[in-house]
Amino acid sequence: MRDISKEGWRGVWAVAECHEGCLMPVSLELVSKARELADKLQTEATAVVFGHGISGAVCDTLMEYGAHVVQLVEHEALAVFRDDVFARVLTGLILSKRPEIVLAPATYTGKAYMPRVQTMLETGLTAGCLELDIRSDDRVLIQTRAAWGGNLFVNIVCPDARPQLVTVSPNVMIARRVVAEGRVERPEVPFEWLKSGMEVTESVHEKQDEAVRLTKADVVVVAGRGIEKRENLKLLQELADALGGAVGATRAITDLGWLPEYTQIGQTGVTVSPRLCITFGVSGAVQHTVGLRNIDILVAVNKDPAAPIFEMATYGIVADVNKILPVLLEQVKKIRCKSPA
Amino acid sequence: MLNIAVCIKQVPDARTVRFDKETGMMIREGVETIINPVDLNALEAALAIKDGHDARIHVLTMGPPSADKALRDALSMGADQAYLLSDRAFAGADTLATTRVLAAALKKIGQMDMVVCGNQSVDGDTAQVGPGLAVRLEMPSVAYVNALELTADTLKCIRMTGHGHDTVLMKTPCLVTVIPSINTPRMPSLKGKMKAKSAGIPVWTANDLGLSMNDIGLAGSPTRVLNTFVRSFEARRERLEGDADAQVAALCERLVAAGVL
Amino acid sequence: MAQVNYFLTEEQQMIVELARKIAIEKILPIRARLDETEEFPWEIMKDLAQSDLFGIYIPEEYGGIGKGCFETCLALEQLSYGCIAVTTTFAASALGGYPIVMFGSDEQKKRYLPDIASGSRLGAFALTEANAGSDAAGIQTSAVEDGDYWVLNGTKQWITSAGDAEIYTVIAMTDRHKGPRGATAFLVEKGDPGFSFGKKEKKMGLRASSTREMVFTDCRIPKDRILGKRGQGFIIALKTLDFARPGIGAIGVGLSQAALDEAVSYAKQRMQFGQYIISFQAIQHMLADMATHTEAARSLVYAVARTIDADSRDIAKISAMAKLFATDVAMRVTTDAVQVLGGYGYMKDYPVEKMMRDAKVLQIYEGTNQIQRNVIGQALNKEYSKV
Repeated sequence: MRDISKEGWRGVWAVAECHEGCLMPVSLELVSKARELADKLQTEATAVVFGHGISGAVCDTLMEYGAHVVQLVEHEALAVFRDDVFARVLTGLILSKRPEIVLAPATYTGKAYMPRVQTMLETGLTAGCLELDIRSDDRVLIQTRAAWGGNLFVNIVCPDARPQLVTVSPNVMIARRVVAEGRVERPEVPFEWLKSGMEVTESVHEKQDEAVRLTKADVVVVAGRGIEKRENLKLLQELADALGGAVGATRAITDLGWLPEYTQIGQTGVTVSPRLCITFGVSGAVQHTVGLRNIDILVAVNKDPAAPIFEMATYGIVADVNKILPVLLEQVKKIRCKSPA
Repeated sequence: MLNIAVCIKQVPDARTVRFDKETGMMIREGVETIINPVDLNALEAALAIKDGHDARIHVLTMGPPSADKALRDALSMGADQAYLLSDRAFAGADTLATTRVLAAALKKIGQMDMVVCGNQSVDGDTAQVGPGLAVRLEMPSVAYVNALELTADTLKCIRMTGHGHDTVLMKTPCLVTVIPSINTPRMPSLKGKMKAKSAGIPVWTANDLGLSMNDIGLAGSPTRVLNTFVRSFEARRERLEGDADAQVAALCERLVAAGVL
Repeated sequence: MAQVNYFLTEEQQMIVELARKIAIEKILPIRARLDETEEFPWEIMKDLAQSDLFGIYIPEEYGGIGKGCFETCLALEQLSYGCIAVTTTFAASALGGYPIVMFGSDEQKKRYLPDIASGSRLGAFALTEANAGSDAAGIQTSAVEDGDYWVLNGTKQWITSAGDAEIYTVIAMTDRHKGPRGATAFLVEKGDPGFSFGKKEKKMGLRASSTREMVFTDCRIPKDRILGKRGQGFIIALKTLDFARPGIGAIGVGLSQAALDEAVSYAKQRMQFGQYIISFQAIQHMLADMATHTEAARSLVYAVARTIDADSRDIAKISAMAKLFATDVAMRVTTDAVQVLGGYGYMKDYPVEKMMRDAKVLQIYEGTNQIQRNVIGQALNKEYSKV
């Protein structure tokens, strides 16, 4: 099954993600990135979108953001996310069209079906990429992600196997409108691709507002392991409220169950780009800080003067979170009360 | 009787890890190893099923000989049998090569009704091994599982989605990867520890698993690490000194001046 | 750096590891909350039940691990590193179970020990009354034979885990005219008719542990609930306490170690006059004394516990020594820890003020340290008369 010959694999794909017939913003980010890579490779950028009840406007938008081709797979069997079906459909399309690169969103969905695609294709997959570039001499995709802990990044390549698969978190790449024309293809999906060993009986939509609010907030207050006490979260929330912002967390905090999973910022969580970000008890491991992008002012409060977060902070406060937090909250409330909202 | 497999990984304990400030590399000296934390949730999920069903729990790991300790810890929590997949030739495996080894071992152990994995490891951080393994075992898989319930041959899972959660049903055999909030792992027991101490743990090599050298370790891994690098951040890096009141006052002054407060 | 080697066996090492894991992962994160709210630590009792630690001293045939006083002390010490209110709740169950191990009939052992060993039911031990503290012979609770029943009347005071535990070893007077030889031990279960509890006491420390009155109002229990023989009550009480006292010492050792660790790590990061306060000799000397006393207490507790496991006859003096010394050390070390932390030490943000409040009870319960000195003094008098 493994096709190690690199010949005959051409084109860059971005897998779009839809929710209730609407494109998720990450889709456009990936399509724009696919276009950029395709231009470097002098090949075509393709957006792949599956689901049910997808409007023509979705395809237009994907072309507007850089897709030369939209592969639209519409079927009622794709209305809900079933890992095995999504993986088999994508794998089937890849085998028939043979793209050299496939970008998929590092969302709960993308991260669940892409490893299945990887294994069916016996090729490489790199999770949660932050940067992607082409090595000009051999068309190889250079995939940058954060390494474990510390402040280390790693460049990964998949030199021989094709396609080169990566997932990319939402909010990492930049969506760019281009003036472009494209075409829509509607590939046939054989019935056997749609067989599934699972049944989704209920989909509950919840907390979306808060999750979205965090990724769009102008001010984000981040809780890290160093907040020590769960009670401090109340103060953090008050501070975020006073600043008109949202509370995010590092994985240490969500793993403890102190805050819901969707508040986790970093490689395996969400990416945020607020004007002001205040971190409390965050050490600054790259796996977390890669989720902080394009921040105007980063404030770090941490007891440990050697914490790497201070290297990237605009303002560093070496102090006990328990001491700073109440004082800061009080001051912020005072200042906010004085100036009319 | 149900056969449930739990795949675990031995990882460095984040609490003991230090980094070289210059190179950003992990300082290996003095680093303790633990079971990847969410793999304990996977084991607990299996143990909870065993509490209510006639089940046998097989726990396996691919790693160096020292990963024996992780397996004995799992046995002391209540797993029935452990297997260590250890061979120098396994070294340098990416997720694709890792799933080949795990799949070969599971096929050698026998037909599993269910495989439970932690969603991701703290070191690799890819979340790829579980779903990939499912493909090799020809099982459906559900990732990011936050609740599990087994009734006869149907496994009901609650999984996280970007918008909330789904209820998903699968017939066994199937594979799930779980997230930390699914449960609280139980403590090991003294009797379990005593039993684990003398438990026989088979060590299987590539040869024992009938794997070709081209399929495992670095040779069997399509991805390569090109290089690692440290990113320097361009930050103003101003330390605000004094007691808490002074530090907060200085901060507020700057934030007001910048127009963000 | 070399540490004192106590040459633990592999099994003993396992007990230490397991109890330590529970202390660090389960107890430590919630001890401040438990202290604040005075809630009974049920969640940790569940963890302890799963761990098999409740059965350390209970024979294997009754579902236990079949170990002795020393292994019990090792577990108590490690758990106390987390919180001694939780440890006291754990230890109280052993205080209820140990008399059954020593004096129970086979039937009683089968009926009660597996539950105590598995932690599915907690035990407790009831001797103290309002007018019978140090002077245990003054107890007023009575038990009178009535056909196939014993009828209990009276009130026990300050009983650890009363109301939460389910199996109680109760000392009552059956033949008052016989004085100390007129006391008998009974097994009373929560839910027995005429058996009720008073309100939960508010305490200075040890707040997660529950302490209540036990009230017997014509409490009728079947005849087979008598533990040991009629008139053996005080022997049972004394033997139980002799066995338990090194355990209280071990609780003191664990608490001292926790306070020492807090003090040293604070001293290493607190900067005054431009240097870390651990570089000041005044602080160093305090820490040195705390460390040395803690190690000395540990050595004594371990040695006494091992002696008891080798030969449990006539252990009153040495078991009193272990309790006396290690708990006095705990009081001193926790007080010094507060001093090292200064103003911070006095605040509830840091754990040492709780440790100091908790430590005080160790000098009071299971025989005040004055009573321990009496026991030791009387033993000396006896010993030297023989020569």
